[in-house]
Amino acid sequence: MYTTREASAIVRTGGVVLASILLFAGLSTAALLFHAEGGAGGALFDAYLFRVARFTLLQAGLSTILSVALAIPVARALARRRNFPARNWIVRLSALPLGLPALVATLGIVEVWGRRGVVNQALAALGLDNPVSVYGLAGILIAHVFFNLPLAARLLMAGLERIPAEYWLTSANLGMGSGATFRLIEWPVMRGLLPGIAGLVFMLCATSFTIVLTLGGGPAATTIEVAIYQALRFDFDPPRAVILSVLQILLTGTLLYLLRLLGTPAEEAPTAGRAVRRFDGRRGRLSDGLVIAAFTLFTAAPLLAVVMAGLASDLPRLASDPLLHRALVTSLAIALASATLCLAVAMPAVAIAPLAAADSAPAALKYLAGSLQATSSLILLVPPVVVATGWFLMLRSFGEVGRFAPYVVIVINAQMALPFVMRVLQPAYRTHIARTGRLAVSLGVTGLHRLRWIDLPALKRPLLTAFAFAMALSLGDLGAVAIFGADGLVTLPWLLFSRMGSYRTADAAGIALLLGVICLLLTLPSTASGRTAKNDA
Amino acid sequence: MPDHSTSRTGAPAIRLEAATVQFEQKRLVFSCDIPTGARVAVTGPSGSGKSTLFNVIAGFQPIRSGTVEIFGKDMAGREPAERPVSIIFQENNLFAHLSVEQNVGLGIDPSLRLGAPERQRVEHALARVGLGGYGRRKPGLLSGGERQRVALARALVRSRPILLLDEPFAALDPAMRADMAGLLHDLAAETGSTLMFITHQLEDVRRLADHAIFVDGGTIALMEPIASFLANREIPALARFLGIDR
Repeated sequence: MYTTREASAIVRTGGVVLASILLFAGLSTAALLFHAEGGAGGALFDAYLFRVARFTLLQAGLSTILSVALAIPVARALARRRNFPARNWIVRLSALPLGLPALVATLGIVEVWGRRGVVNQALAALGLDNPVSVYGLAGILIAHVFFNLPLAARLLMAGLERIPAEYWLTSANLGMGSGATFRLIEWPVMRGLLPGIAGLVFMLCATSFTIVLTLGGGPAATTIEVAIYQALRFDFDPPRAVILSVLQILLTGTLLYLLRLLGTPAEEAPTAGRAVRRFDGRRGRLSDGLVIAAFTLFTAAPLLAVVMAGLASDLPRLASDPLLHRALVTSLAIALASATLCLAVAMPAVAIAPLAAADSAPAALKYLAGSLQATSSLILLVPPVVVATGWFLMLRSFGEVGRFAPYVVIVINAQMALPFVMRVLQPAYRTHIARTGRLAVSLGVTGLHRLRWIDLPALKRPLLTAFAFAMALSLGDLGAVAIFGADGLVTLPWLLFSRMGSYRTADAAGIALLLGVICLLLTLPSTASGRTAKNDA
Repeated sequence: MPDHSTSRTGAPAIRLEAATVQFEQKRLVFSCDIPTGARVAVTGPSGSGKSTLFNVIAGFQPIRSGTVEIFGKDMAGREPAERPVSIIFQENNLFAHLSVEQNVGLGIDPSLRLGAPERQRVEHALARVGLGGYGRRKPGLLSGGERQRVALARALVRSRPILLLDEPFAALDPAMRADMAGLLHDLAAETGSTLMFITHQLEDVRRLADHAIFVDGGTIALMEPIASFLANREIPALARFLGIDR
């Protein structure tokens, strides 16, 4: 519900936003296509492309199967054990990997699973001298499961928690056993969610850049995104980067289309009615305990390793390192700018939705709103590395890469956060406008007054959550920066990456701790709000 | 509590003796004798403890002290499924992804392995509640009243002597309420079950109950045969419920 003047302001801003996003993406694509001429063909190249594409799909497929299959017993055990002392902490722990930059997590995983890590030491103590190698496919799988097992378990658990409380009472009254409970109640719910969750995890793993770059990277373990990076940074072969980019877009396009058919998994939705109480908790206490303990250990160990390695590094010396200061300032500036830009782009797209939802809305308006919605997810179709590649090629032809790189990274980071920010803001705004829209208009509190007195105070929480999340995402991003990295743009992740690469592991551990703490503090609100929403239900 | 309730048979169907539930904020203590074959309406203000009373009897809510006896047997330590009790809620009694037939069949075998004779029993029970031929449908395609009748059919095949109904009529329109009450009355008479139902409607009390309980502040404030319950003028909260105060 808006006044005419408000409505036209929103529509105008929406139009500008749409045009800007399309221009930014369009220029990048044009640059890519312009450089595609004279692409390196040949059988050798085809074989290379095939191998890279196959490995991309293979590691994503295996990661998905492992993550989802392991998530089923974890979700089941956590949903069934509602009242053990550490439950809240474990559920919160399972939200942490989402907020952690991939590079930081990778460092933790190497600490735990690497040659000198706890796992291999334990294996050696048992007399096995053939250590688990964290580099290559095994490491990539461990890292992807570290990120996606908790995610899948949380989504499955949310589904199990939406089961009406009466079902558990009825099943206890009828005397269903553990097997019957799984077969007749839990599995039907999970089966409905699995395709969507698996699709999401597959998508995340197929486009994962940082993990594959750090743990894979050799010719045998390279995904398309990493191959693009290598084509540009190591071999300087733009045509190859372009062909790989096109391949990547085709892949993500197909995946997005399939994902749409599968449906996206629902987030935690409020369950109505009575508090859930499970009566089948008396059974399987031991096996549930083991599952939960293993899950907790697997998820917590890399985090603990980051903390311990970080504290063991020479922090005072690191604190006075001017390069670190520069990287921190650069990263924070980019993160602040990109989060601001992201919200500025998201707000009109969110505000236009109620206008376009009206039956009387003209077709052009509906089209504008629909296009805004679609372009807000454009980055999922054209991944950051690809967009960055386009801009890199274009800026290079003007010889201005270093000067404009930060701005391009800001825009790419903002675009990366956009789908998530929209998901936080959209439902909040919809409820807000339904609650206050008519009242504000009838009282004549409109325009900037309305923004100041009605909208901003009421939406403070979701806006801050979205802002912090966008900042964290930008702070932890390596993909866009990696393409520009050598040209004087040093961010925290880039510094961490180069320290890891040059085997200055103590420095790397200190930087990882700093980066991890900043990002987790920023994403804490979004995980905490999820928790209170669940408690209210 | 008045002593007349045990008059019909030796042991009452349900006997609560200072069955005590301790929540963080409040403490509920229930004592009462429910005679076998009675149809008891449970009334009282929201939050007074009516559902908790049912949870205590059905075994969902552990008690801190006191006893719950059913047909003279102490129920301490007995799982919900091991008690001679069926329970029906206001809604969500049926698993939405299972067919009507499967939902009823769960009352015969909770792991749903049904042979031909069991199927037959399910079909009979469905016919008895007026839903013959509905077996293959999913609950989502039924009306609220029909779903409640499926739940009733499940209680029929379980043939437990005590049936607890937690606001069974609340989601139904007036015509359906009357049908459901009539059906319950007939089934209770046929099977000799003991019936307890929670309701906020005086009409339901009059239509179906031969005894009534008034729960207030976490205790059973009154349990009387229906005539004297309706004539009671001593408890102000009950008088308000009965609509006499105005």
